[in-house]
Amino acid sequence: MRILIVGGGTGGTIVANNLARRLSAEIRNRKVRLTMLSASDRHMYQPGLLYVAFGQMTPDQLYRDQRGLLEPNIDFHVDPVEKFQLDKNQVTTKSGKTYEYDILVIATGSRIVPETVPGLAEGAETFYTEATAVKMFKRLREFEGGRIAVVVGVPHKCPIAPVELIFSMHDYFKARGIRDKVSIKYHYPIGRMHTIENVAKWAKPEFDRMGIEIETLFNVKEVDAEHKVVRSEEGTETQYDLLIAIPPHKGMEVIEDNNLGMGGWIPTDRFKLTMKDRDNVYVLGDTTNLPVSKTGSAAHFEAEVVSENIASIIKIGTPVRDYDGKVYCFIEAGHDRATYAMFNYQNPPDLKPATKPMHWFKTAYNQMYWTSVRGLL
Amino acid sequence: MSENKIIDARDTYCPGPLMELITYMKQASVGDTLELLSTDEGSAADVPEWVNKVGHEMLGSEKVDGVWHLKIRKAK
Repeated sequence: MRILIVGGGTGGTIVANNLARRLSAEIRNRKVRLTMLSASDRHMYQPGLLYVAFGQMTPDQLYRDQRGLLEPNIDFHVDPVEKFQLDKNQVTTKSGKTYEYDILVIATGSRIVPETVPGLAEGAETFYTEATAVKMFKRLREFEGGRIAVVVGVPHKCPIAPVELIFSMHDYFKARGIRDKVSIKYHYPIGRMHTIENVAKWAKPEFDRMGIEIETLFNVKEVDAEHKVVRSEEGTETQYDLLIAIPPHKGMEVIEDNNLGMGGWIPTDRFKLTMKDRDNVYVLGDTTNLPVSKTGSAAHFEAEVVSENIASIIKIGTPVRDYDGKVYCFIEAGHDRATYAMFNYQNPPDLKPATKPMHWFKTAYNQMYWTSVRGLL
Repeated sequence: MSENKIIDARDTYCPGPLMELITYMKQASVGDTLELLSTDEGSAADVPEWVNKVGHEMLGSEKVDGVWHLKIRKAK
């Protein structure tokens, strides 16, 4: 049995390590071969980019060597897939090699596409890549006062990020003693200030306390960087001195190039996590088209289901679990408090007041992630 | 040629039905029809609000067996 995992991010790495342990005997006896193909030899802890944007972490702290995160019985190659030939149960990589499989796991992730909004890439700061997070921190550090506008693209990875960004900015400028010289305006695509109703109910009074101006039903149409104006699809506009964007995302180009899913999102069964009409192809993390948060947390819980089911198929001939839509998101409410949102398909989150111990837990989790991605936590 | 697309946003809290609609609307072509399925009671009000504000066309809204079926045509 050949299991091929495409993608070495959170989801792919947890699946690989989980399977490596569940199927250690089968791998040792050469009944199972477990292979991972990734585009990079490094693994990034992506939530750390928010800390980089506020000078609380440096980029080198976000990375580990991918090989070092994987169980030794995983056959790992840095050789990204370029062609998916699902009818033949094989893929072809950048180096020209062909890998055949019996079970395929696709976890290629997502990418930012600020270029899809005119002027956004040139006119806005963001923190979704190492380079842009560092650049954003430098802009914040030299900012001495004025109007900051925050806009949110759709869809975007980590739906909590826009809220965390506001809290962090408030605390950052407060610590510098210039909060009174900075006005912050938050723009959000739908008719309330967060897509999760209970997050909106929790965050609204916090935003009021911090003096954040809110405009809802604002989908970014274009940015006029020369005149420092951002305009919405809904017909409004905001003047700014500094524009910060949660950029829109798409799935990876290789998914679109192979016609696996519009926008790079693969049609996926929300419970089985199999690709539509392909029972031997599993999809997880940002790569799915599921109405589930695009976060490492969702990828983590999906990975547990996928790996348990693949192992069960090999051991007893049938999957054993459905994914219930579980997501757990920390919410940093500034530089010294945090709360969390946990929910699934059936149960909305019930937010608790932000506390210092929850912030400390989040700080600890920033290191515990490396245990988590090894499939141990 | 215009397409009809069904967006299954039942039983979802994040990103939520309207966010899902906005995502698919960006991928659609002018003239395409999108049918949003939602179990969120708020969708019956907030989807038409957004559709009208942006300038798309609301074709229909009905609740069948606890699921809202909201049909929208991309107009621009």
